Amino acid sequence: MRLVVEARGIHKHFGALHVLKGVDLVLAERELVFVIGPSGSGKSTLLRCLNRLEEPSSGTVIVDGVDMLDKRTDLNRARQRIGMVFQSFNLYPHMSALGNVTLALRKVAGRSRDEADRLGRAALERVGLADRAGHTPGQLSGGQQQRVAIARAIALEPRVMLFDEPTSALDPELVGSVLGVMRDLRESGMAMIVVSHEMGFARNAADRVVFMDQGAIVEEGPPAAIFETPVQERTRAFIGQIQRH
Amino acid sequence: MSNWDRFVETFFNARVMAKYAPDIAYGTLVTIELAALIIVTGIACGLALALLRSFGIRPLNLLIIFVVDLFRALPPLVIIVFIYFGLPAVEIAPSGFVSTWLALALVLTAFSEEIFWAGITSIPKGQWEAARSTGLSYGQTLLNVVLPQALRLTIPPLTNRTIAITKGTALGTVVAVSEILGMASSAVSNSYNPSPLTMGAAAYLILFFPMVVFGRWLETKMQWKH
Repeated sequence: MRLVVEARGIHKHFGALHVLKGVDLVLAERELVFVIGPSGSGKSTLLRCLNRLEEPSSGTVIVDGVDMLDKRTDLNRARQRIGMVFQSFNLYPHMSALGNVTLALRKVAGRSRDEADRLGRAALERVGLADRAGHTPGQLSGGQQQRVAIARAIALEPRVMLFDEPTSALDPELVGSVLGVMRDLRESGMAMIVVSHEMGFARNAADRVVFMDQGAIVEEGPPAAIFETPVQERTRAFIGQIQRH
Repeated sequence: MSNWDRFVETFFNARVMAKYAPDIAYGTLVTIELAALIIVTGIACGLALALLRSFGIRPLNLLIIFVVDLFRALPPLVIIVFIYFGLPAVEIAPSGFVSTWLALALVLTAFSEEIFWAGITSIPKGQWEAARSTGLSYGQTLLNVVLPQALRLTIPPLTNRTIAITKGTALGTVVAVSEILGMASSAVSNSYNPSPLTMGAAAYLILFFPMVVFGRWLETKMQWKH
């Protein structure tokens, strides 16, 4: 099977702090990988190394056949193929939902305004917000904002989507709508890496669950194996903790 | 003659006022011209320096910070006098008008650079990251995402600072600029009556009072949005 993401031996230092200690992570086409682990375990940093929002100290990252760490790689071009969704949405507050979705279409993908608007509306339609195109982020609920953020990423037709705790900042009653969109996206065959603690979603949708602790992958496997019969003591302790509430 | 009559005769002398009204009007035009030049060049240069600084080139940034601090620390009058009386020593002889313009534009550049810079750095890192993750370049992110938000934050402090510095055009009188105060003081010496100064004060009020009110209005309006 073709690999969409191939990260090998990723190290990341923040000054004296060794945040990632030689992490390997691969993602096949149409695959959904869940990354779980205690806060500070390096899961977000790992995700951010894949599109070089964070510069890995060493290792290799290949996304859709493109060597992300090669000096000759056109990073801005490569990033179009990697959609990213953030915990705090990070929508542009001075633009409408449609403006948020079409900015990169116009400026990076080189679409005309009409074309970008058409593609932008289609992306908003996919996340169920076609009727909110003219609203600014401030006029939308958290769940709606996060769906606009997803639309902003998928409008560029990425080969892989990275989700960095997409539901952590949401009120519980709004989580479902975002997970619904992510489920649709998965069913459409999008390759996804999701950093999240939504265990129910992981159980139903993930092909593989990766458990990280202290900058290294401790254990990985199918959701049932990781959640029901973890081999490592640290994994067991962590699963036990998050299932208690 | 009662005290009141003497007061009116001294400060609101109709004959003197009528005679020197054209001079004050001319001075007002010069002040407007000078103020407009200072505002446009000062703010444009301030914005340009702030944008340059955002590229994070260390030696360049140290230079920008040094120059900005220098012109924030020096009294504007000192800069005007230095340009007008100092530069001729190196064979450059700017007029009083140009000296005042240059000096105050430099001061406004320094202050507005700091204000723009504060605005740019106050935009959350997540805005940069979201834009860069979609493939926007550094410059595109700055221009389309960060700057529009930053400018909104900078408008109130920028307006106040601009008013404060633009009022400094009155300092031009020291280097013989025929702006409002200059015209008014020479009218006073010619007529032996301070009424032209009253007119000058009125002209300043007419020019700057609306700006002050506008600044206050902007400030409250922007506060609501944030």
